[in-house]
Amino acid sequence: MTNLPVEDALTAQAAAPAKKTVQMPVGVPGYTLVDEARDVPVSEPPVWPINKDLKYVGQSIERYDGHEKVSGRAKYTSDIQLPGMLYAKFVNASVPHAKVLSIDTTAAEKYPGVRGVHVIQHVLGNAVLRDPSLEQVKYPMVRYAGQPVAAVAATNAAAAEEAAALVKVQYDVNPFVVDPVKARDADSPKVFPGAADEEASAGGGGGPSDVKQTGNIHGPSIHKHGEVEQGFKDADVIVEGHYVTQVQTHSALETHGVVADWKPELLTVWASTQGTAGVREELAGFFKLPLPKVRVITEYMGGGFGAKFGAGNPGVVAAALSRKTGAPVRLMLDREEEHLSVGNRPSSDQTLRIGAKKDGTITAIHLLAFGTAGCGTGAGCSGPAANLYKSVSLHTEESDVFINAGPGAAMRAPGHPQGAFALEQTMDDLAVKLNMEPLDLRDKTDEHPVRRVERQIVRESELWKSRNPVAGADRGPIKRGVGFAQSVWYRFVSMNSNAEVRIHKDGSVEVLSGVQDIGSGIRTVMAQILAEQFGIPPSQISVRVGDTNYTPGPESGGSVTTLSLTPAVRDAAWQASQKFLADIAPALHTTAADLVLVDGEVRSRSGKMEPVPFKRAAAKMTSSQISVQAKRVPDYDRKKYLTYGGVDVAEVEVDTELGRIHVRRVLSVHDCGRPMNPAQTISQINGGIIQGISFTLMENRLLDPVYGIMVNPDLEQYKIIGSREIPEIDVRLVEAYIGQSSTDASGIGEAAGVVSIGAAIANAVYNATGARVRRTPMTPAEVLAALHASAQGKEMA
Amino acid sequence: MNRFSMADCTTVDAALSQLKDGALVKAGGVDLLDRMKDGIEEPARLVNIRNVAELRGIRESDQGLTIGPLTTLAEISNHPGIRSQYQILSDACGHAATPHIRNMATVGGNLLQRVQCWYYRSSDFQCLRHGKDICFAFDGLNQYHAIMEYSTCPSVAPSSAAVALLGLNAKVELSSAKRGKRMVGVRELYIVPDANPTKFTVIEPDELITAIIVPKPAAGTRSAYQKYGEKESFDWAIADAGVVLEMDGDICRRAVITMGAASPVVRRSPQAEAVLVGKPVNEENARAAGKVAVEGAAPLSMNKYKLDLFPVAVYRTILLAAGQRDRDPSAAG
Repeated sequence: MTNLPVEDALTAQAAAPAKKTVQMPVGVPGYTLVDEARDVPVSEPPVWPINKDLKYVGQSIERYDGHEKVSGRAKYTSDIQLPGMLYAKFVNASVPHAKVLSIDTTAAEKYPGVRGVHVIQHVLGNAVLRDPSLEQVKYPMVRYAGQPVAAVAATNAAAAEEAAALVKVQYDVNPFVVDPVKARDADSPKVFPGAADEEASAGGGGGPSDVKQTGNIHGPSIHKHGEVEQGFKDADVIVEGHYVTQVQTHSALETHGVVADWKPELLTVWASTQGTAGVREELAGFFKLPLPKVRVITEYMGGGFGAKFGAGNPGVVAAALSRKTGAPVRLMLDREEEHLSVGNRPSSDQTLRIGAKKDGTITAIHLLAFGTAGCGTGAGCSGPAANLYKSVSLHTEESDVFINAGPGAAMRAPGHPQGAFALEQTMDDLAVKLNMEPLDLRDKTDEHPVRRVERQIVRESELWKSRNPVAGADRGPIKRGVGFAQSVWYRFVSMNSNAEVRIHKDGSVEVLSGVQDIGSGIRTVMAQILAEQFGIPPSQISVRVGDTNYTPGPESGGSVTTLSLTPAVRDAAWQASQKFLADIAPALHTTAADLVLVDGEVRSRSGKMEPVPFKRAAAKMTSSQISVQAKRVPDYDRKKYLTYGGVDVAEVEVDTELGRIHVRRVLSVHDCGRPMNPAQTISQINGGIIQGISFTLMENRLLDPVYGIMVNPDLEQYKIIGSREIPEIDVRLVEAYIGQSSTDASGIGEAAGVVSIGAAIANAVYNATGARVRRTPMTPAEVLAALHASAQGKEMA
Repeated sequence: MNRFSMADCTTVDAALSQLKDGALVKAGGVDLLDRMKDGIEEPARLVNIRNVAELRGIRESDQGLTIGPLTTLAEISNHPGIRSQYQILSDACGHAATPHIRNMATVGGNLLQRVQCWYYRSSDFQCLRHGKDICFAFDGLNQYHAIMEYSTCPSVAPSSAAVALLGLNAKVELSSAKRGKRMVGVRELYIVPDANPTKFTVIEPDELITAIIVPKPAAGTRSAYQKYGEKESFDWAIADAGVVLEMDGDICRRAVITMGAASPVVRRSPQAEAVLVGKPVNEENARAAGKVAVEGAAPLSMNKYKLDLFPVAVYRTILLAAGQRDRDPSAAG
């Protein structure tokens, strides 16, 4: 090392920062908790004990912004009002597949109140042709009814809507297909003239781009290990099922939208987004602006579920109209547009086969899956089949099927509710065939240590003990059943996670990050971390988020926010506190090493001085502000491949004369590392269960087969769960320490029950009736069909 | 939504004098404004009768009930006299829509709401009932549509109140400035689409509903209404049943069975009624009545399941009316 040039020495040092070895809690308290050694950077703060030994972190602290939200003071994007603001409205395609010949905006431009009209030249969201020369068009091809074509900005919303109706679009109509089964036929109309791909967003979604395309079939994408043919030969029993799930739209309470204010010096955009950083990048890229000339603000946002990444068509069009008119422009989608053009959970059509030995050992899993993400890709659903159980061999083959419908987008655990619906029902079938208890079968085949604990909690629960192992045992038309299913999600870390902590001379403490709070409560958690570090109540911490003027935070997709950002927050807080103590030590006639921050006081370890309240100590700072920025330190032990578990139990009553399923109770046992705020974590799981029940029983995007137009683009005929369908939900949160960061937080948004609740309900319906419902939504019509088929099967047997 | 002018009226006479030049009546505004927002109705003028006090309220007498058409569904469902003697009506009004809507929606408006067929409700589809020559439901998505008594349009009767009022043999008083008053039965209020697809009701453009007259049920009458949906909260009926039983001890002397979500216009089922008359009301007879209620039905491509639902709705509602069963936990609303 002695003769290394200076740069190389620095590089070597950077590659291997000085480390210290610490002992960290790992495992589930009460079950598997042990101390494990980790080598961590020397700059890392002391290891936190488990939650019960912390004061603020790990406690159910009241939501930082709860009062703002329930009192209506919280400003969402649609609440932003700027002087001279214009209202914009899209003109949307009225046909599902067409070449646009001309767009006449004359009448719209003359309409009273109209200030600008924009014709869309680049439509975002749809898959893009690998070879764009296959299509020679003046305007973007219309690939679904509802695709934005142009937009109008006017001084009021009514004028914009009226003028939008005056834009004349002339179409050369092409044949179309909206049925995902018919779309697979060789002679079906083609959505694209050649291979096309959709990129993933920061929230995931999108399909592989290295696969072949035959007609509308984009794929297959094949993954395998071992030899499945041999696996099935070696099996004592084989179970198989065909499962179909529908398209679900995100249906967040707040629709997509922005307010864009284009000024020569700065484009400011208020956006309903899951990623302020991504909106900025897309706008800067689209308009060729340097990043500092674009500022994106998301103070509050009303739900995204994976569909709100990037500027998208609303962001780009509003910015273009603002540039054109010289006025701020508000463009919020209406509910119909929200259903049609900004994403959905792709459908699935899965044939799943599992072979097993008599003792439950799985010898083969074979999945053949198709799904449609409309004119986008990302319908893959093999995650559960590939990642939940140990199998000697595995073969998954999945394809996207293009249809003339709005492009899919990442939606809460992309592919996983669909995949688990098939996998966990097939496992339930396998347990029946093997005459094993469903939980015992999983103990045999599932190696995940936390799910093992979770199953134990289920096993000991009153609800599971009340389950009659004999399916369809109840007399009378209303039958009760209990079903079980498991989920899996993955640990993704966004390294673009930074936080700044400021200590002010008046004793105020402030934390800032560009991260946006999408409702899951990162504001509150940031306040808790500072509270823990400084010994001040969380309500007294100032939290600033949702602004690209702050140091960059992660985009909120893939359940990354809390686990990525909180270590940076804690590190910044820790380092700021050390800097603070060093700064004030001379004034207190001691050294930084002698000082410690406890319960809102600066105390001397040696007892050489009386405790000083934090506020008074801050007055002794030598400058008016101490500021520290920290970035995310990589996970401590990156050799570990980490997934999250989670299991759900559903109790249903099936009215077998009406085909009606009533979910009575749900027991949801989930892990998310160190729960930073159990009340908020449980709230996420409640939401996941509710959204999952809605998907399983009700929601369905319905496209007319003859005209290719959605017939239920509202929240009335698009049936979504209401208060009376929501069961009693009992969430048992499992603390599962993994020793990966200074907070050891994990994510929960996607593992929050939405993956497994559908299969748990279906398994409960089987337990109640002896009939399997293999299609969603499980409406009375579907349930009655399954009951009739089952009764017929029994007669034939 | 189009731009329009609105005349605010506080008396019946003032309102009637304003009913000209294509003006539409706005009462609670629940369904009318939905249609305007959906772009399928574009009136230049509205006559707001919401504040006509004389059209609101419930009067009980020896002859029965006189209900002002502006009485809200919530007011009807909470009325003690209706709850005790006209159970079918309080059931129907009390389980419609949502609590918020029941507080705004008037019973007159409920009777006159248009069908919920998604093709009729979409400005993208110009159907028979908008004066065009095509129905999209036959070849399209028809899971919520009619299973009987349709030929040109298989949309279903949307009003729960109408199912109840038909069961009670109620009449509607219509008034016009020029022609005075006339009385119309609930069934006769509606025009079947085969006769005139665009008119929906016999009410003329210059007429208002000024009263709903419900005759007093005979002694020993018991009644009930239940509807079933895909959801429990806020859903349209996929099956429903209104039942009025005149009992003589255990024996049913007279029965009226009504249905809404089976056909384009509310209907009675004489077959089901015949099964009950002269017999004791019990589960066996109730199920037999339910079974014949769908006799002659001809389901569409996607709604065969309704053939299972209606017999259940009918038998369970008969037993509810007879006091032999609690309100069905599977029922909606």
